[in-house]
Amino acid sequence: MVAVLLVTLAHLQIFSFGYYNTKSDNNRIEIISIPPNRGIIYDRNGTQLAINNTIYQLNIIPDKISNLDEQLNQLKILVDLTDEDIENFQKERRNYKAHRSVPLKDNLTEDEIAKFVVNQHLFPFINITGNRHRYYPYGSALTHVLGYVSKINTQDKVHLEEEDRLSDYVGTLNIGKIGIERFYEDLLHGTPGYEEVEVNNRGKIVRQLNHNPPLAGEDIYLTIDLNLQLYIEKLLNGRKAAVVAIDPNNGEILALVSSPSYDPNLFVGGISSAKYKALLEDSDKPLFNRAMLGTYPPASTVKPFIAISALSEGIITPKTIVQDPGYWQLPGTEKRFRDWLRWGHGKVDVTKALEESVDTYFYQVAYDLGIDRLYFWMSKFGYGERTGIDISTNEESRGIMPNREWKKLRHKQSWLPGDTIPVGIGQGYWTVTPLQMAKALTIMVNNGRIYTPHLLKQKRSNMPDNDPLSLTPEYIVEDSNLETLVDSKYWQIAKDGMYRVMFGSRGTARKIYAGSPYKAAGKSGTAQVYGLKSDEVYNANNIAEHLRDHALFIAFAPYDKPTIALAIVLENGGSGSSNGGAMAKHILDYYLLGDETTKIEESTLDMNQGD
Amino acid sequence: MMQSKKKSIWTRLHVDPLFLFFTLLLLVYSVCIIWSASGQDIAMTERKVIQILLGIATMLILAQFPPRLYEKWAPYFYIICIIFLVVVDAFGDSSKGAQRWLNLGFMRFQPSELAKIAVPLMVAKFINQEGCPPSLKTTLQTLAIIAVPTLLVAMQPDLGTAILVAMSGIFIIFLAGISWKFIIAATLSIGAFIPIMWYFLMHDYQRERVLTLFNPERDPLGKGYHILQSKTAIGSGGLWGKGWLKGTQSQLEFIPERHTDFIFSVIAEEFGFVGAIVLLVLFLCLIARGLVIASQSQSTFGRVLIGGLILVLFIYVFINIGMVSGILPVVGVPLPLISYGGSSLVVLMAGFGIMMSIHTHRNMLSKNI
Repeated sequence: MVAVLLVTLAHLQIFSFGYYNTKSDNNRIEIISIPPNRGIIYDRNGTQLAINNTIYQLNIIPDKISNLDEQLNQLKILVDLTDEDIENFQKERRNYKAHRSVPLKDNLTEDEIAKFVVNQHLFPFINITGNRHRYYPYGSALTHVLGYVSKINTQDKVHLEEEDRLSDYVGTLNIGKIGIERFYEDLLHGTPGYEEVEVNNRGKIVRQLNHNPPLAGEDIYLTIDLNLQLYIEKLLNGRKAAVVAIDPNNGEILALVSSPSYDPNLFVGGISSAKYKALLEDSDKPLFNRAMLGTYPPASTVKPFIAISALSEGIITPKTIVQDPGYWQLPGTEKRFRDWLRWGHGKVDVTKALEESVDTYFYQVAYDLGIDRLYFWMSKFGYGERTGIDISTNEESRGIMPNREWKKLRHKQSWLPGDTIPVGIGQGYWTVTPLQMAKALTIMVNNGRIYTPHLLKQKRSNMPDNDPLSLTPEYIVEDSNLETLVDSKYWQIAKDGMYRVMFGSRGTARKIYAGSPYKAAGKSGTAQVYGLKSDEVYNANNIAEHLRDHALFIAFAPYDKPTIALAIVLENGGSGSSNGGAMAKHILDYYLLGDETTKIEESTLDMNQGD
Repeated sequence: MMQSKKKSIWTRLHVDPLFLFFTLLLLVYSVCIIWSASGQDIAMTERKVIQILLGIATMLILAQFPPRLYEKWAPYFYIICIIFLVVVDAFGDSSKGAQRWLNLGFMRFQPSELAKIAVPLMVAKFINQEGCPPSLKTTLQTLAIIAVPTLLVAMQPDLGTAILVAMSGIFIIFLAGISWKFIIAATLSIGAFIPIMWYFLMHDYQRERVLTLFNPERDPLGKGYHILQSKTAIGSGGLWGKGWLKGTQSQLEFIPERHTDFIFSVIAEEFGFVGAIVLLVLFLCLIARGLVIASQSQSTFGRVLIGGLILVLFIYVFINIGMVSGILPVVGVPLPLISYGGSSLVVLMAGFGIMMSIHTHRNMLSKNI
């Protein structure tokens, strides 16, 4: 019998020592993760766009409470505790170790905190803790850029697990869900610290063994100019619209506005289902990022690009004249394509075609180029492709740059000659996002050099011994042979035509830009939402607002040395030249002159559809 | 002459010096480990020391009475013990679902502990009276004597003590020299009794403990938790242990009942394999000395009684260590001399006192015979 004891003891203490020693350490040593502070997001001028506030959370140690339901009911008197909160808590509870605090309710109001603290003695195992919480001081103004952080869900966990980063998020409540917050999650999140503590069998911490402080995430500076962004938002005044402003010299996005928007703070820590439902069901679709996901026919804004393509292909020369009787007829058919000016523009060369936005000229050009070459050239300008902006790809649409294969795949039909003609004026199957329009414009401003539009300007590491500010990784100039494919004088012709849109004697936006102290160039577009019958005249007064044309406008300024390139889409905004042009004028005035006159004349009744 | 004179000093004190020496070593060991296992609780350690002093006093006092007196009083003592057990079953204080204590006002008293002395005394007297080796009839009568208090203790319920009470009687029958045929028959009938006990006599929690023994992982947070934590403590002690007062399992209270039934886990954790062996060697020395004393006894009563008490002590140690290291079910048996607990220590020391009385009075006895 003594031998039995000896063998047992030797087995436990000598041969299994390692196993039991580990078990014993696991018993007593607990690693408590300390979540890092999330990096701050600034605009280009150093204004804070996303910060961390302290919010107060109610926690409960459920294992210690025998009459849990009763306590919760008592708590309801003091704190606005919904059934949903309790349900979430019960779910959450399973993820926590025994004898640990489980969060019960976030975002306590001062009133709730006060009421609870006074009655704390009734709830020995319920406590309040302060947590760092993301806060977006400018609310809805930047939601479609910044995105937001929200509670880590199962899907996020699966994701993190795959990347083997789940352990970095123990203790972290929120994770970047969309926008910059998601794209730069790795930079912003930081490295968690940990505390090694010795605990007794009741989970009570006896002493600290080791403390490793967390490393805050990197602060990032966006290319966004907050003032410009806010100004544009004010101009749009909640109407359905999107505006993208880019510095053409480097692809930095100065403003990216999708209107209407929503308050991202609602999502931090989890949005209530009622509030979420309200946002989802809003007919103006505030959740929808029009600047990057909204797709619109580009309409006449593409005419300069088509002109460049046609000149480069030798389809036209600067001197090529097209006779415009007010329509263009597809050879060999009776099919006529109308010009916006019913009585026609007469003899038209490329410059006049751009200045007066002559449809007939571009019908002819499209016909001569054919869809394959149109597709080739327009793809070079980024149409039909994502821009590569530093926001997740599933938050950006590719739009549609149609070609033969696309139509086969999509409509199971062959491409017809008649399909090519409206492509010449940016209609037909062609759709673009406002961001794509802005990118294409910067390509033209730069004579074919392509900068990927981007939002990250600088980042600042919080490592004490590091360079405080480090520049963004050099944004790669996209590889394209546009610079060699296109003769520099053709760029000039297109830009000249756009200049004349503003300042030419018959320019479509000349009235708006009359007397402007700076030179600018632009191109309007009016995208049909409602298909007119062949003999019908468009009259905005006669159709429902949601069927009215979209007003589009692209512009850059100052003409000689552009510092801003703009793309504007006003949904159901009527005429591009008048409404879009006016909008552009205000934005340019503000950006270049500091003029804050926000009054904008509503001219949806303008019968001049010239664009 | 020298030897006989030296002997006579101890004889006059009625103490066996070697046996006392090992006992005292174990008690010192016990104080050291109680200090650690109580989490450096001065009050508890003081009480342990008081228990020890009380135990030593009891031993010394009982050693003074001549053995003849024990033989004479055994039946009365046995009957008083039965009465106490009946009373405790009816009115005793309950703790953890078991009624084990009689609250006497000034102290809480555990009659089942008395049975550990009363039963061997009674059995030794009875067998001695009926003549050795016992006949079948005597054996059966003896078994009946054992069964009554055993069942009363088992009803409290206190399975561990009931087993020990039964053992203390059965060993004496063995030592009295019953035939092997009977031993085999008894073993078989016990074998047959086990299923009956399992289904009809055991409480759910006892069955659960036994089941948990065979697979502690089946309930790692409940019943199996204690065994797992205890094994972890023992295993993580390694060869040399984590050091006195440095056992994390013990100091952070992962070991259940660390100063009573599971005190061996604390020893094994803090003093390691070496410390555990030292403890076992001390026990073996004590038991060896006890067996020598038994063999020197000149009466059958003395021989079987001492032998029985010593064997029960050994079984005690074996069950306790086996239980905390996970090879036997958790039945709630303290580690003799070491565990904290007054009744148990005093009763054990009382047994030692009776042993010493028999040993030191042997010349007198032989004269009387």
